[in-house]
Amino acid sequence: MTTTTPEASPVGAVGTPFEVYVERGKIREFAAAMQSDNPAYQGPEAIIPPTFLTTATMWAPPGSRVTVGFDRRRLLHGEQEYVFHGPLPRAGDRLIAQERVVDRYTKPGKRGGEMQFAVVVTEFRNEAGDLVAEARATFIQTAPKGDAS
Amino acid sequence: MTEQTIDLAPGTTAPPRDFGPLTRQMFVRYSGASGDLNPMHYDDTMARAAGNPSVFSQGMHQSALLATFATDWLGAEHVRRFQVRFREQVWPDDVLTCTGVVETVTDQADGSRLVTVSLTCSRQTGAVAISGSADFLIPGGAPA
Repeated sequence: MTTTTPEASPVGAVGTPFEVYVERGKIREFAAAMQSDNPAYQGPEAIIPPTFLTTATMWAPPGSRVTVGFDRRRLLHGEQEYVFHGPLPRAGDRLIAQERVVDRYTKPGKRGGEMQFAVVVTEFRNEAGDLVAEARATFIQTAPKGDAS
Repeated sequence: MTEQTIDLAPGTTAPPRDFGPLTRQMFVRYSGASGDLNPMHYDDTMARAAGNPSVFSQGMHQSALLATFATDWLGAEHVRRFQVRFREQVWPDDVLTCTGVVETVTDQADGSRLVTVSLTCSRQTGAVAISGSADFLIPGGAPA
């Protein structure tokens, strides 16, 4: 245990909903970073790229997110998935995002000890309340060094 | 948008696409665009202090490059799912190669097709940095 690792949110814990504004300029900036010249990501009607919702956290007020609670020095981002339930969000859309801890589990570490996993899903709803997208992140805390059995 | 007229049977592959050599500027640009300001990706002093030979690319940066490859292949507006698994670190001067193959094609009631592809982003060493998969909903009506 370290003194700086916050207490983990349990499975089922939800964050506080927060607003996410999908902006043309942010999409353009993201498209440049992904080296895409796809016209779908330009102009006033720009749609979002597949991994764009990673930027949604910049809209999260302090305290609105769930706590994975892993030691940052042993924290890995294992997997990431985005699901879109219809046409992609586009510039001008206002979404409501909310995080939820959906799973926690452990596996034996490759060099002994125990790896911990946490799965956090962020739901994105439009102004009508329809679920338009989900982001599913799997975080891993590797086994502590010297914990080989 | 012009609709895809390419063959989309299982086993169909996309022309591979290279990105790189990767530069620190690319990592910084992704840091700013994404909001992930972890210094491991732009501060060599801190990256070395943490035991790395240098800064390294964000896994989500490589994922975004893989997304560029996939959306240029099957249509940005058609993507319905995009999944990645982070496998190996990527370093400055690496050249990444993105490849994709159609796994399944499922006809939908409205004449559209749900196309599931597997995606890979490999380093110049041949090691896989990112493996992933994606679903694209290709509208019907285009000539076969």
